[in-house]
Amino acid sequence: MILQIIVNGLTMGCVYALIALGYSMVYGSLRFINFAHGDVYMWGACFGLIFARMGNIPFLAALILTMICTGLLGVTVEFLAYRRLRNVPRVVVTASALGASIVLSNLARVIVGAETYSVPAFFETKYFTVGNLVLNSLQFVLLGCSIVLMLVLNWFISKSKYGKAIRATSENQEVTNLMGINTNKIISVTFFIGSALAGAAGLLVGIYYDAVYSTMGYMAGMKAFTAAILGGIGSIPGAMLGSMILGQIESFGTTYISSSMGPAIAFAVLIIVLLVKPTGFFGAGDTHSNRV
Amino acid sequence: MDIKKILKSHKAQFGIVLAVAFFLPMFVKDASVTHIMILVLLYVILSMGLEIALGITDLFSLCHAAFYGMGAYVSALLSIYLGWSFWVTLPIATICAGLFGFLIGLPALRTNGDYLAIATLGFGEIFRLILVNGGDFTRGPRGLTGIARPELFGLDFTNKNVYYYIILAATVSIFLVVYNIPRTFFGRALMAIRDDEAAAAFMGIQVSKYKVTAFTLSGMIAGIAGAFYAHYICYISPDTFVYNDSITILTMVLIGGGGTVIGPVVGAVILTILPELLRSFVEYRMLIYGLVVVVMMQIRPMGILGHLNIRVSYLERRLKKNQPDSRKGKEV
Repeated sequence: MILQIIVNGLTMGCVYALIALGYSMVYGSLRFINFAHGDVYMWGACFGLIFARMGNIPFLAALILTMICTGLLGVTVEFLAYRRLRNVPRVVVTASALGASIVLSNLARVIVGAETYSVPAFFETKYFTVGNLVLNSLQFVLLGCSIVLMLVLNWFISKSKYGKAIRATSENQEVTNLMGINTNKIISVTFFIGSALAGAAGLLVGIYYDAVYSTMGYMAGMKAFTAAILGGIGSIPGAMLGSMILGQIESFGTTYISSSMGPAIAFAVLIIVLLVKPTGFFGAGDTHSNRV
Repeated sequence: MDIKKILKSHKAQFGIVLAVAFFLPMFVKDASVTHIMILVLLYVILSMGLEIALGITDLFSLCHAAFYGMGAYVSALLSIYLGWSFWVTLPIATICAGLFGFLIGLPALRTNGDYLAIATLGFGEIFRLILVNGGDFTRGPRGLTGIARPELFGLDFTNKNVYYYIILAATVSIFLVVYNIPRTFFGRALMAIRDDEAAAAFMGIQVSKYKVTAFTLSGMIAGIAGAFYAHYICYISPDTFVYNDSITILTMVLIGGGGTVIGPVVGAVILTILPELLRSFVEYRMLIYGLVVVVMMQIRPMGILGHLNIRVSYLERRLKKNQPDSRKGKEV
């Protein structure tokens, strides 16, 4: 029983991690909560649905195509809604993000539809029983894809030239500019990567739960954001660790406390973390805050 | 000659708006239009409440709908279970919503900016989940039905016009209170905290006390709107007081211009009427709403009436024009 709960928590933790990374990376470079990120995740599920309906696209191709599409979507949102708002109070950018979130979710309502859709299977689901533990192939695919994506991201951020530029931009935008790096371009890259990961998460969740609907972004986005804060916003390993912890808390909470209060548990964790240690596990703290 | 000057004074503008608001129902025959007018007034009250927290003090709150819901539920529950009159439940609902604001204001001491936004969002969501899982007491997602209408001197409150005037009176009083806040010591302390928290603390302002007071006051005002709403619609459910409504009120304040007091009123009027005008495009209604918010933030980041702020940012831009722009780095 406990093993089953841990595995379920791990699965959800991986999904949260993929979304949380986008929040964390954007917060690292622009210092605002990208409320539209959850809806980019939802669009990932929608793209997945569209590719699955075409029928003849293999799973990996659909995953990559979805990631490219959502990545471009994220870049477009940044270009249209945030780029001009670099020198205004952050509450304005956040409001713009909230508007973008409304636009994205309602665009999905108009284009894809307002109902809950089931996703045609890319492959056959097999069930494995190990003792009392029931696993299915979808869980393996989800875990495998997320872990590979996170490893690739980790390599990209820590080793590649662009990764270095992304880290520099989040450290200090002005100085990075002075070093001859086009920070606007780097921020676009950040949005592309973050949104692509969220899109992958959307596709995987859409297949895993066999349900795609236009409001699925809000809850997942909020939970992922909680995870990002838990780990320390702006920190990539923090986002991964925070997501895994939140996945477990939620999995145990829904089993032992109450299933309908599941989201409340996540939010209670969020509030406790904010009150006790707002910087999370790995966060260096909000250097822009004017705390007394 | 002097008419222009008179028209520019706030008192004259206020008088004109009040006169229009007062005489408008006499020309309106359609009950659905009166309904929209009542909604406009409710949203004006709500945005006034948020203006204290967000506009004047810069406390980014995303749980305003929870205060609204608190007022509505307290008033409705007292009215249903104890049969109390609206005029008793209204003050109690106001106090309860204020207490709720006080409780949520406490984390405001420890968190800031975006963190506060997220914490309040969490509180709002927990409030909704409590309502949904409240069992027989709150009747869960089905909501409360059969809430009694107010009674006063034998007036017929099923008549929407009567209700309109009662809410108009409440709106005007609340507006006058909020309008005068920036002119009091209390309001100046709040604005000092908004502009520079450290400097305000240095000047001897008890930052935490004022922040919590601002939140409490903001909650109380939302609670009033909630009580009026509950006894007007006579039916409330948790769906009315969710995240989306907090966002709606937030965008009203920001589109009108936070910190200007009049701005949020304008924002509330525009953003309540806009979706009603778009009623015939049900599919695209929220899409257009979202687009309006994004576009408004691009062209007037400080809100429609945030002229003072616009001028400052305009000056800044002019100054920056003469300097090399730091944002346009080129790759070497």
